[in-house]
Amino acid sequence: MAKRSKRFEVLAKRPVNQDGFVAEWPEVGLIAMNSPFDPKPSLKIENGRVVEMDGKRREDFDMIEQFIADYFIDVSVAPEVMTMDSAQIARMIVDINVPRTEIARLAQGMTPAKVVEVLGHMNIVEIMMGMMKMRARKTPANQCHVTNLRDNPVQIAADAAEAALRGFAEQETTVGVVRYAPFNALSLLVGSQTGRGGVLTQCALEEATELQLGMRGLTSYAETISVYGTEQVFVDGDDTPWSKAFLASAYASRGLKMRFTSGTGSEVQMGYAEGKSMLYLEARCVMLTKGAGVQGLQNGSISCIGVPGAVPTGIRAVAAENLITMMLDLEVASGNDQTFSHSDIRRTARLLPQFAAGTDFIFSGYSAVPNYDNMFAGSNFDIEDMDDYLILQRDLMVDGGVRPVSEEEVVAVRNRAARALQAVFKELGLPEITDEEVEAATYAHGSEDMPPRKVAEDLKAAQDMIARGVTGLDVVKALAKHGFEDIAQNILNMLKQRVSGDYLHTSAILDQHFHVISAVNDLNDYRGPGTGYRLSKERWEEIKNIVQALRPEDMEI
Amino acid sequence: MVDSALIEKIVEQVIQEMSRLQSSGYAGNVDRTSAAPAIAQGQGLVLAEKGEARPGSDRSEVVIGLAPAFGDKFTRTIVGLPHADVLREIMAGIEEEGCRARVIRVGKTSDVAFIAHEAAKLSGSGIGIGIQSRGTTVIHQKDLPPLSNLELFPQSPLLDLETYRAIGRNAARYARGENPDPVPVRNDQMARPKYQARAAVMHIKETQFVVPGASSTELEPRFH
Repeated sequence: MAKRSKRFEVLAKRPVNQDGFVAEWPEVGLIAMNSPFDPKPSLKIENGRVVEMDGKRREDFDMIEQFIADYFIDVSVAPEVMTMDSAQIARMIVDINVPRTEIARLAQGMTPAKVVEVLGHMNIVEIMMGMMKMRARKTPANQCHVTNLRDNPVQIAADAAEAALRGFAEQETTVGVVRYAPFNALSLLVGSQTGRGGVLTQCALEEATELQLGMRGLTSYAETISVYGTEQVFVDGDDTPWSKAFLASAYASRGLKMRFTSGTGSEVQMGYAEGKSMLYLEARCVMLTKGAGVQGLQNGSISCIGVPGAVPTGIRAVAAENLITMMLDLEVASGNDQTFSHSDIRRTARLLPQFAAGTDFIFSGYSAVPNYDNMFAGSNFDIEDMDDYLILQRDLMVDGGVRPVSEEEVVAVRNRAARALQAVFKELGLPEITDEEVEAATYAHGSEDMPPRKVAEDLKAAQDMIARGVTGLDVVKALAKHGFEDIAQNILNMLKQRVSGDYLHTSAILDQHFHVISAVNDLNDYRGPGTGYRLSKERWEEIKNIVQALRPEDMEI
Repeated sequence: MVDSALIEKIVEQVIQEMSRLQSSGYAGNVDRTSAAPAIAQGQGLVLAEKGEARPGSDRSEVVIGLAPAFGDKFTRTIVGLPHADVLREIMAGIEEEGCRARVIRVGKTSDVAFIAHEAAKLSGSGIGIGIQSRGTTVIHQKDLPPLSNLELFPQSPLLDLETYRAIGRNAARYARGENPDPVPVRNDQMARPKYQARAAVMHIKETQFVVPGASSTELEPRFH
């Protein structure tokens, strides 16, 4: 065009037009839900055994279908639910007169194509209503990311302490450089337990290393055990549903909480979607997870959000996959954890279904550091959005899992965490943390504010720490010896959870007294207005009282 | 007056020439019995196939594993860097540190971790580099689990030629038994919303060229 419309020039410059969008390409699976190539629901059972599922005979099953047929489908429920009208089931999900337990019972008998057909009848508001009723734990919570560009351990400890103070129930770190992993796990553990006792921590890594750090007591749960909806993607990762189930049992046997991870878009991202819609393949992942006996799942597209985010009705599909997880009575850590859009409007809209309805972990996680330091490649919301997020809680009277904090208490807790880690490094013979670093971490916003460390020396010491067999108990001893008895006690209490195993129940988190809050003692009992989770008077006071609010009584007259 | 740009150009040409000589030096490793070699030709780059890639015994070599469509069906990365320039920079980085670069095509997978691991397994030093058409790169070591790595550069839109050269240099340092500071990782949280869908489409297309179970092929790169 020779001459351009000034209006269109303005629109072209809007942030949303920096986002990538693509048209559907159903043949390769680049379609969010309801692909013309998705199978139609069907199920045949002979002698208590599934012999046909979603139009495929048993002898033609791939390994995922075999796993779902043998370990997920409840053959005592399946004949009942598979003959029910899918639109009718969708209505039951939003009907406050049908209890959560009834939907959860019926869901155990559905095939992947059936559950996708049910969800296909639901619009976004109905999906949100379903989430409010179907999530397992009554009280919603939140998870955060604590990472930085240089894997600086002092900064991780300070950021973890602040994030714990801000109310996050779970914290996740990962690495820029893999060999830093032992330090990142250690720093997160010390920092989190300085901020608030009982926060669960994990370090996302290659699976064997992740398990090893957990077994040593340097982390208290795991999440990045990925499962996929097509056989080829599994094979590419040298894995099968059975190997993942085996890994899950390794965690359980050591008393470690864990969940799987999956999400729409991963199969098409890896080039093997077999021409199925993203939601159909994700339904297989959720069922595989349930079949493996795992208590929960992180989904909501996760690191592939740019894929469903680029196609029509993709964000509805992402909410739908969370709901499928809840229907199967699994804990859900519901995404919102990756940069999704240049547009503030769009990224807020993407958050609303999980935020307004409430999930076990609304974010998985919220970046507790500025996004430039987020080594999961950025989250949908970061620490710079924190005041916006706190005000969203207040505007809508929603529990988003965080609380307002004062600058003074944040500075104090960051300093204490940095000093505690300094003592632990000293006691364990790791490279020195200087007073200058402690001071910088106390007041830092991000890694740009931190003095550089001798990376090669750190990496060597981190490997040596593993070789020497350092465990969580050594950390407890080091802290106690240097006068940090309360933090030592908190870490010891985290280690005791391994023995009691109570936090292996579905959707478990710990309060500051190390009491487990899970779907067993805090089961979601939503049955319409006035039931289910309601903000307590104390919690609402906490959310209401943001420092920015003008108090009429503080005025001159 | 000395023209520094000219010197740089001459040095580059010398390095290229050396790399050409060195690649041909690997003829001894190559299976000559296979059928007539194919030639892939991208922009500024010719990748002559030299039969099945064999494990190397030269402890100073670093093997670069190319994804199925690199420098052939695709000729540019996700941000439009010519594959010829990317490969040349990685090779130059390796040679700058006194090591030798050997290039193979990994046809059996488009997963960059497995491509890099395959390259490492065939490398005399045990160090390999894997690279996808979109530009995603991994430095790997043969004794690590496939999904682990020495260094990973996952955000392909952020990789520039300078970074590729640094990746080559670091791989060579690992091959020499050193423990270098990792190449600084760049991070742009907005790369995903801008590029992920494009990356997916690119990867789907690359994956269409995967031949399950295929052995890797020795390549002789020529730049023009």
